[in-house]
Amino acid sequence: MEQFLGFAVPGIPYGCTYALVAVALVLTYRATGVFNFAFAAQAYVAALLFTALIQSAHLSEWLAFVIAVVVVSPLLGLAFDRLLFSRIPNSNNMAKLVTSISLLVGIPALMQVFIPQNYYAPPSIVFNPNTVYFTLAGAPLNGLDMSAIVFTALVLFAMGVMMRLTPLGLQMRGAVESRRLVQLDGVNAGGVVAVAWMISSFLAGFAGILLAPNFSQVQAQPFLTLMVAAIAAAACAAFRSMAVAAVAAVLIGVATFTLQGYLPTQSFLFTSILPSLPFLVLVGALLFHPGMRKLDQATDPLASVDPPLPPLAAAVRTPAMGRVISVLWYVVLGLFIVSMLTWIPRDWESVLNQGLAFSTLFLSITLITGMGGQLSLAQAGLAGVGAFTAAQLANHLGLPMMAGMVVGAAFAAAVAVLLAVLSLRLRGLGLALMTLGAALVFDNIIQSSQTLGGGSGGLGPMNNVDWGSPFGLLNPNGHALFLATFSVLVVVTLAILMIRRGTVGRLLGAMRGSETAAAGIGINLTWQRILIFALSGAVAGIGGTLLVIQQGVANPQQFNYVFSLAFVVIVVTTGVTTVEGAIQGAFGYVIIQKLLGYAPAQFANLTFVLFAFGALTYAQHPEGILEFQKRRSMQRFEPLFERLFPGSQPDAGSQGEPLIAGGLSEEAVRG
Amino acid sequence: MAEQGPLLALRGVAKAFGGVNAVQDITFDVQAGESVGLVGPNGAGKTTLFNCVCGQLKNDRGSIEFEGRSLRGLPTYKRARMGIGRTYQRAEVFADMTVRDHLMVAERARSRAGRLWKDLCNMSRPTDEECEKVEGTMALVGLTELADTPVSALGLGNCRLVELARALAGEPRLLLADEPSSGLDEHETADLAAVLRIIQRDRGTAVLLVEHDLGIVAEVVDRAVVMDLGSKIAEGSFEEVMEDPVVRHAYLGQSV
Ligand SMILES: Nc1ncnc2c1ncn2[C@@H]1O[C@H](COP(=O)(O)OP(=O)(O)OP(=O)(O)O)[C@@H](O)[C@H]1O
Ligand SMILES: [Mg+2]
Repeated sequence: MEQFLGFAVPGIPYGCTYALVAVALVLTYRATGVFNFAFAAQAYVAALLFTALIQSAHLSEWLAFVIAVVVVSPLLGLAFDRLLFSRIPNSNNMAKLVTSISLLVGIPALMQVFIPQNYYAPPSIVFNPNTVYFTLAGAPLNGLDMSAIVFTALVLFAMGVMMRLTPLGLQMRGAVESRRLVQLDGVNAGGVVAVAWMISSFLAGFAGILLAPNFSQVQAQPFLTLMVAAIAAAACAAFRSMAVAAVAAVLIGVATFTLQGYLPTQSFLFTSILPSLPFLVLVGALLFHPGMRKLDQATDPLASVDPPLPPLAAAVRTPAMGRVISVLWYVVLGLFIVSMLTWIPRDWESVLNQGLAFSTLFLSITLITGMGGQLSLAQAGLAGVGAFTAAQLANHLGLPMMAGMVVGAAFAAAVAVLLAVLSLRLRGLGLALMTLGAALVFDNIIQSSQTLGGGSGGLGPMNNVDWGSPFGLLNPNGHALFLATFSVLVVVTLAILMIRRGTVGRLLGAMRGSETAAAGIGINLTWQRILIFALSGAVAGIGGTLLVIQQGVANPQQFNYVFSLAFVVIVVTTGVTTVEGAIQGAFGYVIIQKLLGYAPAQFANLTFVLFAFGALTYAQHPEGILEFQKRRSMQRFEPLFERLFPGSQPDAGSQGEPLIAGGLSEEAVRG
Repeated sequence: MAEQGPLLALRGVAKAFGGVNAVQDITFDVQAGESVGLVGPNGAGKTTLFNCVCGQLKNDRGSIEFEGRSLRGLPTYKRARMGIGRTYQRAEVFADMTVRDHLMVAERARSRAGRLWKDLCNMSRPTDEECEKVEGTMALVGLTELADTPVSALGLGNCRLVELARALAGEPRLLLADEPSSGLDEHETADLAAVLRIIQRDRGTAVLLVEHDLGIVAEVVDRAVVMDLGSKIAEGSFEEVMEDPVVRHAYLGQSV
């Protein structure tokens, strides 16, 4: 017992910081319908700002606290609400998810651009970190622990009092019980939602400065871990009860530390499973908590269908223009191939090769999200499954990488199918969290295992195996690698275009449009879902292997879940519904990355900032900002073409009465 | 297939949501090729009954048989493949598809010709036969002119027609139509009634029609079933049930 408590007690302070964020998650989700992944980023911003104000601006702790946590954090939340989330129609779950994920990806990157210094840990507030205030069952509680426990307790208590006793609290409680009521209550809806955002952002900021002193430097990583634990805790409460979420959060902290104490430090359980504990909790909640299956389900009488995407640029252009553009495409393609083989310098050739590999990887997102309508946050992980399979087969069995790629693709597809089967009943947010959990479990296993993932340096060719074999075909020093990668991309692209045009594409289109009606005409949704996961997994596996061949080493870092999130953000920016979208996203990504290499180091992260801000337009332009621009510029050129080729009309019109307006008014009549 | 038995047989079907008995002890048959009206005031449980027949909801009690086969435990898509077509009260269309694509996808789903390898070998272009069928259905419903319009550009009335056409493209033996005329103007409603009669007469499709517009019910149906508060309160020819004092009280109570 003594030993147990000795292990368990140090988990409480961590559990407290998780609790603050978990409560914040539940509060915003219930009151506004937004699941805000970005709280991790907000916690990080608060911690960084707090530290910078103290260490660079030499403000007093208290002033720094007031500015970072009491003023800036809530304002940031308010800004998110007013500028972004309040403009997204309530029914558009995909847009809400994409927006909050882009904030999660973009904000830490932006901070690193503006505040590039490394800061040491900030002081803990009020309590002295070097003093042991009390010993609980033999476990010493120092000032850091004390401030986490005491302030969490105070803040949550104050919140409880406010929710119960003040009129504002009552309204918020109303919002938490039924956000519909608040929204229907015309006068106060916006205000209550804004207040909910401010309070939850305050909680996240507070969690940030309570957590930061535990780490030697202020970096983004611990805040992502914090986020994951908080999500798991909130999931235990089915995103419903703040009290349950807070208790679950503390228990997760305690359980982690207890297991850490008991498990042998070198064991697989210790290194791989323990860090995944929050995910296992999350996955467990998703699978077994009945409340989680109801997330995002349209039981809501006011929910309406997502506004349909505008027709693709390709669909609205005049036939003459279409012909000219497709000829141009071939010309560009030809120039690209010739240039790659002749004048492009070696370092740029390898960058563009990477672009080809990323294009393949990104096409897996086109498949699952663009065609299948499912948001998956595990694509980098699936790419990693394929890549490491191929690399291990090459190292241990001497299998050529190209053959390994096929096996890796099959294995990644199998993992994706397993994921699909586990998440058959989940939609939207539930599915996003499930795939995120899977990506994290993969990360922890591959990163912590020297044998599987090659440790921190990654897994390179071993046992005198040459990854470039046979015949040096894949040797990164020749044009052959370009030709091989390019051919694979062409094959994958053609396959996807065929599928999209064929029966499977049509059936998926139906499923995307309305699952109810799709099942009603005899489409087996389960099977379609498994199929699209398998295809997407296979393509991701191929892309991952190409990337690894190109780089000559399989590095677990390259496939971690942050990339899964970032990739979705990138593809959504350039257009998730078209094949060009993925390819443009990939080339944009590698080229910007390369160009930023010439700038000072702090700008390296600007790529993610750019794409994240691009993705924030998703709510307005779900077809992708690039696609939107294409359509606009095409409309500008149209008159010219009309004059050159009179009599050619656009194929499809996009004017007319929008469907939702009709649907809504009809609902109103019924209601 | 049972030769003489009814196409659809409902026996004591019941469904409750928490404490609300949305459907209680409903028993009636629909014969092959017959057109039956299912009428009742708002909240009578008509849509819930449809959902039980199609498998979107599981009935708590009772049995539902289609062509003599029990539907218990069958998922929606299997019931659809057995020949139950359906339109929805809240139009459910595939937003980014054209009208023609709606019918084509329904045709493919029905014939189950979809194979991944066929797509990959470019062997899944619409065949002439499929195109002919699709054109035929569009002509029947009166959507030929809108064939290549994305449904996102259509009004609610046309969306209902698209739903009807999509259901018909699956060549159902039983069509469940949930308020197909809501959102249509007078003219379109008259056309819709004509279409419903044609599919029943020429294609031999049985129709179970939920409608608030009694005009169209009177015109189309052979027989009517009246529900109120989840229970069946009358059954018979349309004129008969409308004379029934119980029905007049429950259904027309407010307007009499
Ligand atoms: N998913 C649900 N959860 C809870 N109650 C429901 C649900 N669906 C329907 N109900 C309730 O069941 C009853 C029957 O509803 P139903 O939609 O079947 O009626 P209806 O006859 O189709 O009415 P209307 O003419 O308005 O379409 C109503 O009281 C309704 O509130
Ligand atoms: Mg109804």
